[in-house]
Amino acid sequence: QQGATVRGRAEIVAEFFSYGINSILYQRGIYPPETFTRVQKYGLTLLVTTDPELKNYLNNVVEQMKEWLYKCTVQRLVVVISSIENGEVLERWQFDIECDKAAKDDSAPREKSQKAIQDEIRSVIRQITATVTFLPLLETACAFDLLIYTDKDLAVPEKWEESGPQFIANSEEVRLRSFTTTIHKVNSSVAYKKDSFP
Amino acid sequence: PNAPPARWQRKAKESGAPGPSPAAGMSPMKPANRSHSSSKTPSRTPGKSGSKIQSTPTKAGGDRYIPNRSTMQMDMANFLLTKENDPAEESPTKKEQQKAWAVNLNGFDIEEAKILRLSGKPQNAPEGYQNNLKVLYSQKMTPGSSRKNGRYIPSMPDRILDAPEIRNDYYLNLIDWSSQNFLAVALDNSVYLWNHTSGEIIQLLQMEHPDDYVSSVSWIKEGNYLAVGTSNAEVQLWDIQQQKRLRNMTSHSSRVGSLSWNSYILSSGARTGHIHHHDVRVAEHHVATLAGHTQEVCGLKWSLDGRYLASGGNDNLVNIWPCTQGDSGDFSPVQTFTQHQGAVKAVAWCPWQSNVLATGGGTSDRHIRIWNVCSGSCLSAVDAHSQVCSILWSTNYKEFISGHGFAQNQLVVWKYPTMAKVTELRGHTARVLNLTMSPDGVTVASAAADETLRLWRCFEMDPIKKKEKEKANSAKSSIIHQGIR
Repeated sequence: QQGATVRGRAEIVAEFFSYGINSILYQRGIYPPETFTRVQKYGLTLLVTTDPELKNYLNNVVEQMKEWLYKCTVQRLVVVISSIENGEVLERWQFDIECDKAAKDDSAPREKSQKAIQDEIRSVIRQITATVTFLPLLETACAFDLLIYTDKDLAVPEKWEESGPQFIANSEEVRLRSFTTTIHKVNSSVAYKKDSFP
Repeated sequence: PNAPPARWQRKAKESGAPGPSPAAGMSPMKPANRSHSSSKTPSRTPGKSGSKIQSTPTKAGGDRYIPNRSTMQMDMANFLLTKENDPAEESPTKKEQQKAWAVNLNGFDIEEAKILRLSGKPQNAPEGYQNNLKVLYSQKMTPGSSRKNGRYIPSMPDRILDAPEIRNDYYLNLIDWSSQNFLAVALDNSVYLWNHTSGEIIQLLQMEHPDDYVSSVSWIKEGNYLAVGTSNAEVQLWDIQQQKRLRNMTSHSSRVGSLSWNSYILSSGARTGHIHHHDVRVAEHHVATLAGHTQEVCGLKWSLDGRYLASGGNDNLVNIWPCTQGDSGDFSPVQTFTQHQGAVKAVAWCPWQSNVLATGGGTSDRHIRIWNVCSGSCLSAVDAHSQVCSILWSTNYKEFISGHGFAQNQLVVWKYPTMAKVTELRGHTARVLNLTMSPDGVTVASAAADETLRLWRCFEMDPIKKKEKEKANSAKSSIIHQGIR
């Protein structure tokens, strides 16, 4: 069970990213729907990938995120969706993380119940699902990329590399709800290429 | 600021449109004089009504549903309440706020951060994989079953009636057909009754305030009373013979979009997510509150044996409620289904198999699911490729029919339990909003955003089979007769 400790809260946030990224990949049709399976989480039915390579990649990112969240050295996670053909960025899901660096003490419990956090997470996940009703269609085959914004002085772990921000040239943005574990506050938003709308 | 424009303003905007004239000369539900192939008045764009999101005008302190939020979130909140409806001309983002957001989003100094990615990118989706979301946008017809089922179902509606001013709001339930063969239709702030036998049309009621509208209608089983839910949170009860209002039951705090009868209990679902049971025989009508949804209850149906109430909400949940309270005195659902990824308005109980329920999801879901509510298992799921607004089971065949939105605005008849498509009924030029069935089970009426009601004779009984059925029914009653003696 995830406790009310800093480590516990970091796990909750990392878990949210895992399910959130899976939801985006399913809802936006980046991978075929039959490669996803249904699981119960946050009182919702969520879709997660069964593709072993993809699972592995996501797990590696999420595990690293847990560490960085615990140490409060991560500022933002971005899911970039771009066209495979010409590399143009079509959609950009941005999750800003505000970390309470003062809360480093492992044993100090925080006042918010896990259920309350879960309720907030559930709202954000539902919003991600609902966005398909207004986001423009991704006409071409797309690939996704995960960018993590960390503190400048962080040592780059093995297997990770530095990258550019991969912004969208001409975008519309929609802000989604935020949730907080009292140690981390996650603000979500999605930006999409403006011209895509007929 | 979000209130829909007054009727005279809308009419002024849509000037030069032939067809039903405004209020004074309005003749709703008159058979539309048109050839079947052409669409309605050319100057109107079917589907996009041009009017703003039709939201409930907020009263200070009167509408509990909208919580206190920073203005940044209001767009998203409004969007979520209405995600099944077309976005208004003002998209979810507003120009002025966009700038502020852009600053906010990229607010912190990017110089201060390092951007990392994990190397060894996962492989992309296989070649030739086509994003299946295309079905949400394409005009192409999805390939249907070409197998003939042996029965002729006319592809044209029997009748097309005008339904001017019908509200294009996915969440409402605006039509119902009584056992006495009266079709009730809510057109904005009025309710009309169409006598299917005689063809006569009566205006039953019109709301006092021009900004108020009717949000749901439902006939009692006997067909002599009509329940009417309104945008100002009322549940009204009307006597049809006298054309008089018997009761006005106010217990909700937001619009009542769904209603369902179980004998003398009338259940109502509201925008807050609450369901109320009303005992219409007594003065203190509000006898129970069911709290199982966090957003608008748009689907509500009692099972035919009165044992369960199924509810579907804009929170994508389906709840199955028992008819009696638990030991604690509270009602809690015996099942909650979370599999739909969109609002659930289509809710229908199978007439020949008890405990079997069909549900349909909105735009982000597009699936039809069949459930056994006792075991909680999903017996079947099929992708309908389009927003599902309503499902009705046939009483004449082992089939059910579903109503859909973009892109084809069609009705689909499905075989059960094989889930094969029997036929698709096309004709509506804008999304279907509601379905209802005639008392003889032969005709299905569909109301759509193209401001028409179409009647489809899709469950016509073979005359020989019909005689057999009638014989079987009368045999039953004579047995009962003998028993009584």
